[in-house]
Amino acid sequence: NQIEEDLNKQLFDNLVSFLRRSHSEFQEKTTEWNCQMKSREIPTAALVLGVNVTDHDLTFRSLSEVLQNRVTPYVALLQAKDCPGIKNLMQKLLGQLMNCYVDVDSEEDDYVQTSQNRIRCSMTSLITWYESVTKTPSKKRTSSRHWQSPPVVVIFKDMESFTTKVLQDFIVISSQHIHELPLVLVFGIATSPMIIHGLLPHSVSSLLCIELFQSLSCKEHLSTIIDKVLLTTQFPLKLSEKVLQVLINIFLYHDFSVQNFIKGFQLCIVEHFYTQPLSVLCCHQEEVKKRINSLSHNQCENIRRLPSFRRYVENQPSEKQIALLTTDGFLKETVQQLLDDLNVYHENYFPVLRCLHVFTSSLPKYPLGKQIRELHCACLENRVWETEEYESFLQLARMLNKCDLVTMLQKCVEILVSSPGKEFDKTVEKLKEFLTQFQKLEGGCALSYVPLQIKLKLFYNGTNGYHFLWYILTLLELKESRRSKKLTKFEMLRFEVVDYIDSVVRNYLVPADHKTLHEIVYFNTASVLREHLNAAPRVALHTALNNPYCYLKSQALRSDGGSISNKAPDICIVYKLHLECGRLINLVDWLEAFSTVVTAVEGPNADAPSSDQVDDVIHARFIRAVSELELLGFIKPSKQKTDHVARLTWGGC
Amino acid sequence: MPNLEHSAYPAATLLHLESLVPCRESQVSMLLSIFGERQQLSFPSIFIYGHTSSGKTYVMQTLLNTLQLPHVFVNCVEHFTSRLLLEEILIQLQNRSSETEEAAHVPCDTFNDFVRLFKQAIVSQGLQDETFYIVLDRAEQLREMEANVLPAFLRLQELTARNVTVVLLSEIVWELFRPNTGCFEPFTLYFPDYSIGHLQKILCQNHPPEYSADFYSAYINILLGVFYMVCRDLKELQHLAALNFSKYCEPVVRGEANERDTRKLWKNIEPHLKKAMQTVYLREISSSQWERLQHDEGEAGQLKGLSAHAHVELPYYSKFLLIAAYLASYNPVRTDKRFFLKHHGKIKKTNFMKKHEKTSNHLLGPKPFPLDRLLAILYSIVDNRVAPTANIFSQITSLVTLQLLSMVGNNDQLDGPRYKCTVSLDFIRAIARTVNFDIIKYLYDFL
Repeated sequence: NQIEEDLNKQLFDNLVSFLRRSHSEFQEKTTEWNCQMKSREIPTAALVLGVNVTDHDLTFRSLSEVLQNRVTPYVALLQAKDCPGIKNLMQKLLGQLMNCYVDVDSEEDDYVQTSQNRIRCSMTSLITWYESVTKTPSKKRTSSRHWQSPPVVVIFKDMESFTTKVLQDFIVISSQHIHELPLVLVFGIATSPMIIHGLLPHSVSSLLCIELFQSLSCKEHLSTIIDKVLLTTQFPLKLSEKVLQVLINIFLYHDFSVQNFIKGFQLCIVEHFYTQPLSVLCCHQEEVKKRINSLSHNQCENIRRLPSFRRYVENQPSEKQIALLTTDGFLKETVQQLLDDLNVYHENYFPVLRCLHVFTSSLPKYPLGKQIRELHCACLENRVWETEEYESFLQLARMLNKCDLVTMLQKCVEILVSSPGKEFDKTVEKLKEFLTQFQKLEGGCALSYVPLQIKLKLFYNGTNGYHFLWYILTLLELKESRRSKKLTKFEMLRFEVVDYIDSVVRNYLVPADHKTLHEIVYFNTASVLREHLNAAPRVALHTALNNPYCYLKSQALRSDGGSISNKAPDICIVYKLHLECGRLINLVDWLEAFSTVVTAVEGPNADAPSSDQVDDVIHARFIRAVSELELLGFIKPSKQKTDHVARLTWGGC
Repeated sequence: MPNLEHSAYPAATLLHLESLVPCRESQVSMLLSIFGERQQLSFPSIFIYGHTSSGKTYVMQTLLNTLQLPHVFVNCVEHFTSRLLLEEILIQLQNRSSETEEAAHVPCDTFNDFVRLFKQAIVSQGLQDETFYIVLDRAEQLREMEANVLPAFLRLQELTARNVTVVLLSEIVWELFRPNTGCFEPFTLYFPDYSIGHLQKILCQNHPPEYSADFYSAYINILLGVFYMVCRDLKELQHLAALNFSKYCEPVVRGEANERDTRKLWKNIEPHLKKAMQTVYLREISSSQWERLQHDEGEAGQLKGLSAHAHVELPYYSKFLLIAAYLASYNPVRTDKRFFLKHHGKIKKTNFMKKHEKTSNHLLGPKPFPLDRLLAILYSIVDNRVAPTANIFSQITSLVTLQLLSMVGNNDQLDGPRYKCTVSLDFIRAIARTVNFDIIKYLYDFL
């Protein structure tokens, strides 16, 4: 899928730009240290990556790739779980370094492989290896990219999880040899750099020359991805408000993982193309015509069944209705036209959305959300101009001072000019006209608005006394207007601008589900996505055991009120019985209850001897079911009382 | 006045040695008298201890090198297993005379092998007539190796029947080494800390050639005046001296003051050194950053130290999980009812406080709590309904890997894992503030 590729590229671009920066600093640092050899400090980069641990793997992989391409072939990635002791760490380190040496020139492959087993895992062998690699001048083709003596970069992926002792020992050892072996450490830190001081005593941390690098925060990362992928017309598939909301909620509430967000998005793509039969039409504009022409009769019927299309048909004159519902050819033409409309709508939607964001993001209290994604969601949800927040936005916009208004308008013009939409010529002209009018006003009004401007500055800064300031400002405004009796030219113009923006918004920011055929390009089923991404194992297990019909679909299990059917699988019966018990369950009572339920059918014609003696088969079935429950983690054997088991879950009754 | 006198060595060498090891004359002469002449048998093992950077390693190295005594020098941290250690000693021994030819690698797994190979090596190197020295730096690591290594090294002379002396260097006292089974007692020698005078003398020794010694010693004087209170580590002081010297010279370079104008120079450097104490010394910012900072004066405030980035961003539910964990760790179990039940009316506050133990829970530290309690508290503090999804559970484990929570006791996952919250009150208050949760209201200690 091309979208995925693009996503990854986008992600990588972000990373590489960051890495380039950090890498250049490395270079600077190591050269600096080369001349300052008298000190024994190891240059160290502390890379603060944020808590989204799932993303780190990719980051480190690309980091090592970049380093290998640009700085040094000797990069080792170490993970805490591989290094419980200093010995394992050294083994891992040597293995990785020598292997990457093998990759550089494959002629000596077997020689290195055989000697590897016998190699002593110590720093001295590492140093001799390093010397032998750097001294041999044969492989000039690689060294042109690297420097004369490339540093050895050791990356600790998860600093927090390393044991203190291992790290300390390693740092002490390598500081002994920093002259022979130009080592650079990279610490991947998830929480805060304070952890370095927490992990290492002063005597050890004084051996390091730590420099801090902060990676892009994951929230910013997400906004760029949303900005580049979702808020463009480049990709035909769009997400509806609810789906986007689910994805963003998972991101914000649960894991902060951009990786998972992308995976969720990919899942959306797959779901959409899999479940929606009309998704064939969800493609780039050039192909649409071809695909529409090749639509079969069935597919046309599918289109006719779409609710948005039905609505469209109902609003047409009756002869057209009939034509749409009966002739496929006419339908295809209309669909073509409608899809073009939809495309134009998108082309207009995004630039206008960005313009609106320019306004809302600079207003105090962010009436429509600070991030453009919030604004996007609000616009998708329903008619944005009907919401209260929009009202407050307009009110605030009417109070903007001139400077801000002018800069905002300029930004809007920029956005609109750079956008591909064709309908903006008039809008741009209108905005430019406003701008020139403002410029004309310059001389007259600049002075009179200075005090107000100061007030507004205050207004932006003060966040807690927001309402208070608001009142003061409105009062001031009122007083001023009363004094001058009529609105100044500037105020008139300001009203005009705001009204114009309002009209533009009303014109272009119609929510997508009011558009015909939006089902084709919008992925809508948020519930499916939630089920897949936000799994609830406990709940699923409970429903499976409590209501086996849900999964087994056997008619016999259908009639489940609250009683326990004996046709259910044994484990379900046992589970239901155990829900009625307290923390400790008596096994004998449980068994008796179980056998009563199981033999309930034969109840009427009861045999006297079998009632007090439990059948061996039933006994065996019971034991099996109970051990299955134990395997699932619902109960465990208890030592407090004999013949009892303890429940491990609560709140069943 | 030659302090060091020894008949076996020429006086010129001794004089040179003395100049190399300032302020350690008495220790050196003591060592020399123990070592005796080259062919004489020396004490089997010597244990030297003293605080960090009191010159143990340096003195031993210069002593053995200047007198050209046969020796090997091994760091026990670097060679972390006994096998590596023993092999390293043998390799160094073999490479002593024949530098060029690569010695064949001999595996040496046990001490028995070592003794045998060592004897062979001594003979092959022609060292039977001289005392051979093995110096083990950071000898405290020996205690973590096999039980036989330390006692065997102590009586190596006896085991090999060769003229060999083992010198152990350590930062801790001999009493902490003594194994249960008893062993040969080494000769112990204490290296005392350098006094302020000593430090001054040593630091002044390597003054840069372009400035006079007096000028540099005045600088060292100021430096010690600032740093001596917090740091007596010679290495660290050397490092600081090197870093800040260029700043000290600045007025001289610009021609505003001459080299004698100490008062002016002091005025210039003192606030600078104070700042260095707060930043570089604590490794809040690295030394290279510090140097860059000196070059472009203006933006001094720009660089933030490591601890300035203490803020941690967490997902929404992780914050609540952490808060719930904190509450579970610091509140007694029986108070949960009062804090998290809507109608807890029956427990009167006074009655409730009577049972109150005088000690604060925050002084006692966090207590472990079961997973179920954590989730129960989480459900009651989060406003909207939280489904017990897999994401919530995985967040708990990721909090454990971030070392914000820690798992306690048995690691049986099915058996109801127990956790502890390891973050500080300040941290949790900062977290709680971001989600508008008044944590103080829920803490038993602050009732």
